[in-house]
Amino acid sequence: MNPLRDTGRNTERNTEQEPLWREEVSIFAADERYVNRRQFAKFLVLTSAGMFVGNLWILIRSWLTGKTAYPARPVALVSEIPVGGSRLFNYPGPNDPCILIRPAENEFAAYSQKCTHLSCAVTYAPQRARFECPCHQGYFSARDGRVLAGPPQRPLPRILLQRQGDRLIAVGVDLQTERS
Amino acid sequence: MQHPPEHPEPQRRGLTAIDGALAMIAILLIVQMWLLTATLEGFLAGHREGVLPAAIVSGVLLLACFGLYRFVRGVDRETRGRR
Ligand code: FES
Repeated sequence: MNPLRDTGRNTERNTEQEPLWREEVSIFAADERYVNRRQFAKFLVLTSAGMFVGNLWILIRSWLTGKTAYPARPVALVSEIPVGGSRLFNYPGPNDPCILIRPAENEFAAYSQKCTHLSCAVTYAPQRARFECPCHQGYFSARDGRVLAGPPQRPLPRILLQRQGDRLIAVGVDLQTERS
Repeated sequence: MQHPPEHPEPQRRGLTAIDGALAMIAILLIVQMWLLTATLEGFLAGHREGVLPAAIVSGVLLLACFGLYRFVRGVDRETRGRR
């Protein structure tokens, strides 16, 4: 039996028992507006579900990575870094890149190398005494990690250092959130 | 074969209601997109405190969108079912 022919004869509808195809296909020209709008609404709700999944994914990632412990760990030898030079290391985890700088003979500072905007790696520019992010021209002061220019809203997290003879030891991280 | 009139009164009202609901879904979706980008930006910068509230709000927005979709479907069925 041809369902279309049948529908043409019988314009009475029982919406509860309608097969799915009759919901999705417009038989009358006037119905088309309804079907299009309903399908568009469905598309928007699916997009909304995608956004929710994204937020959920961030939540799960943040739970999985958990609270970080900060072990004391030697990160460099003083003699390895020339004045005005820098050295990369990872702290506290193997996926947390940091940058250690030596602006003056007896001055050392270390910061997270991840830009606080979208996590690009910052580089040290000793002539301008700042860290530069190549992604969106974000600049941070090499003195205290605060934002000098660009889209970042928060300073670079500072790695707390201790000097023991020739060794520089990382002992913690100051997120510097009170500065933001 | 009989054809229904192009836009009888209940049909027009049904369309207006659906258009309104669609506009609201679109607004909620824009808020949800903003929420996702803001959460991601904060998370990448090491700020986790807003992640849970953002996920909850996003879930509430999804439920609201779904509620509006059900409303659209209801109006659609009711209006078209009248013919
Ligand atoms: S990622 Fe560094 S400025 Fe955007």
